[in-house]
Amino acid sequence: MLEHDVLVIGAGLAGMRAAIAAQAGGANTAIISKVHPVRSHSNAAQGGINAALTDRGDDWEEHAYDTIKGSDFLGDQDAIEIMCQAAGDSLIDLEHMGVTFNRDDEGKLGTRAFGGQRRARTFFVGDFTGQAMLHVMFEQLVKSGIRSYEEWFVTSLIQDGEQVAGVLALEIRTGQLHAIRAKTVIFCTGGCGRLFEPSTNALIVTGDGMGLAYNAGARLMDMEMVQYHPTTLAGSGVLISEAARGEGAFLRDRNGDRFMEKYAPNMMELASRDVVSRAEQTEIDAGNGVDGCLFLDCTHLGEALILEKLSQIREIGIDLAGADMIKEPIPIRPGMHYIMGGIKTDIDGLTNVPGIYAAGECANVSVHGGNRLGANSLLDTIVFGERSGNHAASASRDMDFIEFNEDEAVRKEEARIQAMLDRPDNGDRWGSIRQALGDTMNKNIAVYRNQAGMEETLRLIPELKARYAQVPVHNKGRVFNTDLVFALELGYMLDCGEAIAVSALERKESRGAQARTDFPTRDDENWLKHITVTRGEEGPELGYLPVTITKWTPEERKY
Amino acid sequence: MDVKVNIRRYDPDAGAPASFWQEFSLAVPETATVLDALIQIREEMDGTLSLRCSCRSAICGSCAMRVNGHAVLACKTRASESLNSEGVVTVEPAGNMPVVKDLVVDFDTFWDKIRAVEPYLQPQGPEPEGEYIASNESMLHLSSVTACIMCGACVSDCTVLEVDPTFLGPAALAKAYRFTADPRDGDAAGVSQRRLEQLSLPSGMWDCTRCNECVQVCPKGVAPMDRIMALREQAISLGLGDNNGARHAEAFTESVAHSGRLDELRLPVKTVGMFNLPALFSFLPVGLRAMTHGKLPPLVHKSVENVQSVRRLFSKVSQPPK
Ligand SMILES: Cc1cc2nc3c(=O)[nH]c(=O)nc-3n(C[C@H](O)[C@H](O)[C@H](O)COP(=O)(O)OP(=O)(O)OC[C@H]3O[C@@H](n4cnc5c(N)ncnc54)[C@H](O)[C@@H]3O)c2cc1C
Ligand code: FES
Repeated sequence: MLEHDVLVIGAGLAGMRAAIAAQAGGANTAIISKVHPVRSHSNAAQGGINAALTDRGDDWEEHAYDTIKGSDFLGDQDAIEIMCQAAGDSLIDLEHMGVTFNRDDEGKLGTRAFGGQRRARTFFVGDFTGQAMLHVMFEQLVKSGIRSYEEWFVTSLIQDGEQVAGVLALEIRTGQLHAIRAKTVIFCTGGCGRLFEPSTNALIVTGDGMGLAYNAGARLMDMEMVQYHPTTLAGSGVLISEAARGEGAFLRDRNGDRFMEKYAPNMMELASRDVVSRAEQTEIDAGNGVDGCLFLDCTHLGEALILEKLSQIREIGIDLAGADMIKEPIPIRPGMHYIMGGIKTDIDGLTNVPGIYAAGECANVSVHGGNRLGANSLLDTIVFGERSGNHAASASRDMDFIEFNEDEAVRKEEARIQAMLDRPDNGDRWGSIRQALGDTMNKNIAVYRNQAGMEETLRLIPELKARYAQVPVHNKGRVFNTDLVFALELGYMLDCGEAIAVSALERKESRGAQARTDFPTRDDENWLKHITVTRGEEGPELGYLPVTITKWTPEERKY
Repeated sequence: MDVKVNIRRYDPDAGAPASFWQEFSLAVPETATVLDALIQIREEMDGTLSLRCSCRSAICGSCAMRVNGHAVLACKTRASESLNSEGVVTVEPAGNMPVVKDLVVDFDTFWDKIRAVEPYLQPQGPEPEGEYIASNESMLHLSSVTACIMCGACVSDCTVLEVDPTFLGPAALAKAYRFTADPRDGDAAGVSQRRLEQLSLPSGMWDCTRCNECVQVCPKGVAPMDRIMALREQAISLGLGDNNGARHAEAFTESVAHSGRLDELRLPVKTVGMFNLPALFSFLPVGLRAMTHGKLPPLVHKSVENVQSVRRLFSKVSQPPK
């Protein structure tokens, strides 16, 4: 049987960083991913990665404070301290690995401004930082010789009691199921953006890891904290990076006015994302947009700057909306972008389930709290990917493999999948269930939320789950059956959607990305706490965890 | 907007392992990409259609395929701009790679070739405490190459790979250049020398025929062929000229610089070497065929009329830039 001390699920930035650390820590390590590593969604990150470099007069404590304020004081301050302190070294590591960061006039790493931060501390490669980093991390993966199962889809975990024993995975190209034994698994499966429609996220971002971990008994936390990005392109909903505003772009309404003046007189367009998205939604609702959109104006930045630093997003605007940002403002609106919530972990990536770790967007060490600062997510993947890889490697040294009957495990899973393939065609399609889920999430778990809307979503999801249990899979073949893969993903999406909606309904206040019209203010007395969701006999069960506060006491948030 | 999408399909499970064409008619939004249309087909019409796609924004490299005969990213190609006069767009899997199912091709050899160029930075000497100091220009130059998303469009349409599957190919060679041009990678005498020696072996940089196809189809402006030419310059400047490719390039330049045109009789002789009898004999059949078809170059090589101006051009470009 295939057997590894540490099995990393997911080969985005978090996953590859974790695997490289685990291997360096002496563990027999493998990585498994449903797409080739360089196809992972990390490549979509455009704007950059934050770090406070002391030789540039910056200070990690300032970065920490900006992050905490950005999180609307819901982030755990111990984890935030660790991340911001480690940022400098992590960034230099990346540079030494070969990332082609833009430079300043002295040949040192150059910075750009990003939202919610008082200082320019975002390091970048043009406007394709994520892709540049992901490909370099893949280079390091190749160099390390780590075993990589590419285009293998993890369908479930094998557990002995609670303790993880291994995973079952579908080799997509052949349709064959495999059991892989592992002492520890690290979930680095990314977010769950696709359960919103539209979303800036890639089609593969379907919350698989959150769903798998949830079903294995792990706690999900802060799931109501869903980030809407202020500048997603009209129509397709593809992202136009905050880098545009970082380089000086303006937001304008239908009359050409810079409306952010009313909402964040100091930081203007560079206030934190929740603030800007709410401002936009308010303007759109007041009829100050055009076709439900406002405008991102880059025309004053000049062709040379745009071509050097924003060329990819310019192309996206031309390709997908027919608008050239050098010549005209482009139509944008807030769109679902990121989930701050995820699998609850400690500062070493360990979850409440023995043997299960998590890092990156699927995890929640709680560095983002109620609202993530732009360019803090790449940092999160690198810092906590590395830490969980280190910890899993040393923990697995003292662990034994857990025996299980491979044939039986594979046979059972095969039977489950065969049953899906054997369903009669009842005329329903998973595509239409996914669309219905996406629509209700986008409508009711939106920039502004209220009780009636969220209850509507919570009534709909069980109906969708019932349809899902009967939905046919049209492709009955073995080889590269993407129809089957999507059907499996939809199951995770429905679980994540439910966890998000119950958490949002539970939080009876407005904080960070959670803005309720029926509870419009922040209520530290009752809600300065995390909401957790675990799987119970009769559906999701709620719980609470305290917020860790080290030295920054919650205060009113103004930009 | 009504479109007809004609797809070359292949299903190894279906008993008859031959590809076949299937046309779908559907209505898509005006701004729809070819990928949007394919996704709509998959979700609403035929779930058995397999393809790779993810980001929808030309960054993950999943969706390279042939649209109307040329490799593109389906997510970067407007359906409305791809229709012929009958409103049909033709979609096929990428070329030069075996088809797995429908529009999905097997990338194994693609990645093997990437691995073959030791695709990771190999600095020599001690690491600096902070970042390596490097000019912004040098990084921007590299970034224009690291912008490669490994989609395989160049490999799909490479005319050399079509006849010689062992050729490293445009993607792997561009990747290699990304290191040989990196000021942080080992110095010229060490790592770079070894890299360029490796890349000068048969199936390497000298096997490119400069057809420019990869430059045309690359959706990210990486211009692989230009990188291959830059590799050749690096190799020659390190004195790695002792191979057919480099000798061919030199003989070519020499001939044009001297007479203003190519001496096609002497070029192959200079390329393989005057005393390389087996290679010279191998040209005989080509020569004979050329002769019977009236295509043999003139035995006496004459200069062009205004050869002086050609020579002036050469001396101008060989002066170091100011
Ligand atoms: C458009 C866009 C722009 C962004 N820009 C920035 C930015 O500028 N700065 C910043 O800090 N952040 C940015 N972000 C956020 C950031 O990119 C992501 O949060 C981060 O890259 C997530 O990385 P990850 O490693 O956690 O997951 P991912 O990169 O999403 O990787 C997930 C991996 O899990 C695998 N996987 C998932 N499910 C399974 C399964 N069932 N079986 C096997 N494998 C599986 C996938 O194949 C993939 O390899 C941006 C996000 C988007 C959408
Ligand atoms: S879907 Fe990612 S490149 Fe086309």
